[in-house]
Amino acid sequence: MTMMVAVDDAQKLSFKRPIADGDTVIVYERHDCMRAVTVSPGSELQNRFGVFKHSDWVGKPFGSKVFSSKGGFVFLLAPTPQLWTLVLSHRTQILYLPDISFVVSYLEIVPGCVVLESGTGSGSLSTSLARAVAPSGHLFTFDFHEQRASSARADFQRNGLTSLITVTVRDIQGEGFPKEHEGSVDAVFLDLPQPWLAIPSASRCLKPDAVLCSFSPCIEQVQRTCETLRSSFTDIRTFEVLVRSYEIKEHCFAKSVSEEDGSPVGPPPQKRKQSTLPANKSEKTESNFSVMAKPCNTARGHTGYLTFARLTVLSN
Amino acid sequence: MEEEKLTGSEETSAAKANGLSEVNRAVAWDGCSVLLDINDGDRLVFSRLSPSASIKIGNKKCSLRPLVGCPFGSLFTVETGPSGPHLSRSAPSSTGNCVEEISKDEGQSVNEIRDNRSLIDNNTAQSLSSEDIEAMRSEGATGDEIVKALIDNSSTFEKKTVFSQEKYKLKKQKKYAPKVLLRRPSMRSICETYFKKHPQRTGFMRVDTLSMLLSMANVGPYSDALVLDKLGGLVVGSVAERVGGTGYICSTYFGTVPYQIDIVRMFNLSSDVCARILQAPFSDLSPLQNAPSECAMSDPSDVRPGSPETAQPDPSNELLQDGDSLLDSRDNGDDTLTGQKPVKPGRKAPPEIVKSWKDNGFTSLIIAAPEMDVESLIMDLLPLLAYSAPFAIYHQYLQPLATCMHKLQASKMAIGMQISEPWLREYQVLPSRTHPHMQMNAFGGYILSGIRISNSNTGGVIEDKAA
Repeated sequence: MTMMVAVDDAQKLSFKRPIADGDTVIVYERHDCMRAVTVSPGSELQNRFGVFKHSDWVGKPFGSKVFSSKGGFVFLLAPTPQLWTLVLSHRTQILYLPDISFVVSYLEIVPGCVVLESGTGSGSLSTSLARAVAPSGHLFTFDFHEQRASSARADFQRNGLTSLITVTVRDIQGEGFPKEHEGSVDAVFLDLPQPWLAIPSASRCLKPDAVLCSFSPCIEQVQRTCETLRSSFTDIRTFEVLVRSYEIKEHCFAKSVSEEDGSPVGPPPQKRKQSTLPANKSEKTESNFSVMAKPCNTARGHTGYLTFARLTVLSN
Repeated sequence: MEEEKLTGSEETSAAKANGLSEVNRAVAWDGCSVLLDINDGDRLVFSRLSPSASIKIGNKKCSLRPLVGCPFGSLFTVETGPSGPHLSRSAPSSTGNCVEEISKDEGQSVNEIRDNRSLIDNNTAQSLSSEDIEAMRSEGATGDEIVKALIDNSSTFEKKTVFSQEKYKLKKQKKYAPKVLLRRPSMRSICETYFKKHPQRTGFMRVDTLSMLLSMANVGPYSDALVLDKLGGLVVGSVAERVGGTGYICSTYFGTVPYQIDIVRMFNLSSDVCARILQAPFSDLSPLQNAPSECAMSDPSDVRPGSPETAQPDPSNELLQDGDSLLDSRDNGDDTLTGQKPVKPGRKAPPEIVKSWKDNGFTSLIIAAPEMDVESLIMDLLPLLAYSAPFAIYHQYLQPLATCMHKLQASKMAIGMQISEPWLREYQVLPSRTHPHMQMNAFGGYILSGIRISNSNTGGVIEDKAA
C-alpha cells in the first residue's frame, strides 16, 4: 500500500517500514533522471546501470541503495507529492514546486479543509492539495476532458489517494461547480482558459473570507479575472513566483612550492561530480580548498500569474 | 456548517472537517488571537481578544470587545458614541470598485484630458481648517461625511485626474474614517506581517520561502517533523498548522535552554495540535544518549559557538502597539477564556515519544537558524532523519549552504540536493494601470533541500556511476 500521503500512522515513512510488493517507489538514477515504479513480484527494471530485480528491493527500507546485476546502483525513494510532480506523465502543462507551495499556503489550506479544483490536468497540484487536506479533508477536482480525468483517477488510485480526491468530468466554465458544494468550501483553485466564467459559481461555493486562486499564463486573462472578482471578493492580489537555482563547484589549490601559482588544480566543473579530494580529512584541510556557488544559467522565466482573493464578508 | 447541502461521501468529510473545525474557525471567539489590519495594511497589530483588550487609532482608544463573535474578514470603523469612541461593524468598502466604475462610465473625453500641469502645491487648496473639522466631529459627523466635506471644499479637486481624485479620497478616508479589518492569523498572515513590520524577528523569512520549506520537507499528516527554529516559533507554528492534529513536531535545541517559540501562540492552534508540539534538546535525541536528560544541568559541550540563545529580544516589546499584547499574556491567557483545559505548545517530549523518534526516524527536517553554523547543524541533525526523508535548510547566506551541500555530496549522506533562491513579485492589476508594484522585496533567503539516503552497501561492486 503506497503512502504518498499517509492517512494513518502505519503508513508513514520510517526506518521500520520496508518496501513491499505493490508499493510505488521512485527510482532515482540521477538528480534529473527519476521514475516511478510499482514493485511487483518477478518484475525487473532495466536501465543504463543494468538489470534490477524487484525482489531484491522488497524488505529494504526506503532510501536504500540497490544494485544491478552488473554492479551499478540506484536509490529507491518513498513517493512524495514533490517527487511525483517530477516523475508524472505530462498530459498537460503542469504546476511545479514554487507555484504549488505558494498556492497551498496562500489558500490557507489546513487538514480538514474542503477544496475545489478545476482543471485537474495531470494531477500535479492535486496531489499536493491532497496532502494539505489529509487525513480528514477532501479535494473535489474537475476536468472537462474525459480521458485526462480518467488518467488522473488512475494515478490517484495508484498513489493511494482515492479517500482524499474525487475526480469528476465537468465543464466548470460552462456549468459552474455542482450545487451540492455551495456554502461549504474552504478554498477554490482555478486553472482555466477563462476563469472569470467560473467565478460566480466559485463565490457561491466558498465560505465567507475563504480564498480563491486563479492561475493564468497571460496578463489579459488576469485583468479580466480581477475585474470579475471585484464585485464579490476583496483582498485581491496577484503574484509571480519563481525560483533561481545555484550550482556549486570545488575550487582546489594544491599547496605548491611557488606561492604565486594559484592556478586551480582539480576536476573540471560539474555539478554532481564526486569529490576527488583525498578521503583523509587531514590532507584535505592542508590544501587550499573552497566551494564556489553561482546561479544556474538556465531558469524558468514564467509559468503563470497567481491571483488570490477572499470572498467578502457581508455585514448582516 | 451547511452539512445538509452535501451528499453521501461529502457528508463524512464535512463531519470530519467539523471535528477539526477548531483549527479553521470562521468566527472570532473570546480569547482568540487576531490580526488587526488598520487602513489596508498601513498598520498591522497582533492582539488577543481578552476582556481588557483595546486598540488606539489616531488619538482614540477603542475596546476590542465588539470583535468577539464576528466573522474573520469583518470590517469595523471608529464611531463616536455616548460612551466614547468605539469600533462598529460596517459594510465592506467598495473603494476598490469605484475606480473601476469611474473609468468605465466616464471615459475621459479627448477634449477634456486632465493632467497636473496647472496644480500648484502651496497648501492653499483646502478651505476647511482643522478647527472646522473638529467642530464637525463633535457634532457627530461620521468620517465619511468629513471626507465629503473636505472634497467639496477643495479648490483643486475638480482639476485632478480621475485617478488622482481617487487617491485623494482614499488618503482622506484613512485619516478621518479609518477602517479596521479583523484578520485570522495563519501562516500566511503571520509570516507576511512580521516580514513587513519586524523582519529581523523572523530572520527575514518571506512567505514564499516558508511555503517552499514546508513543501520541500513534505510536511503533512502523520509527519514526525524535526524543526530547528530560531525564528521565534514561526516555523514550528507553520509546520504544526500543516500537520494538523496527527504526527509530532519536535522543536529541538542545542544546550539546555529551549529556543523561544512564542509566535506559535498566535496561530490559534487547537489543543489537539498544541499537544503535538514538543520540545526536546538535541542531547536527548542524539543516538549517543541512552536516557533522556531529566534535569536542566548545564552541559557546556552542547552549547554551540555563536548561537545567541540568550540574545533573543523580548517579542512583547516589539509588537506591542497598545492594549493587550498577545505575547504578554503568557501565564494565564488560555485558561479561563477558551473554557477548555489548554495544552501549551512546546511541552517537553516524553521519553516514549523520544524513543519512537529514534526507532522510526523523523520524516521531515527543517532548519531555520540564520545565525548558526549550518554545516555542523546538518551533520548533527541529518542522522536523526529516516532514510528517504527530505530536509530543507533556510539560510541568509549562500556560501555556508554551498559548503554544506558539497560536504553532504562528498559524504554521500544525501541526494537530490538543490540550492534555491525563491523570487516573488506582486502586481497591481487595475484597468489601464496594470504593472508590477513599484516597491519590491529583493531577497527571500536561500534554501538547501535534499533527501537523506542510506549509503550502506549491501553487496555488489561499488561503482560511482549514479548520484
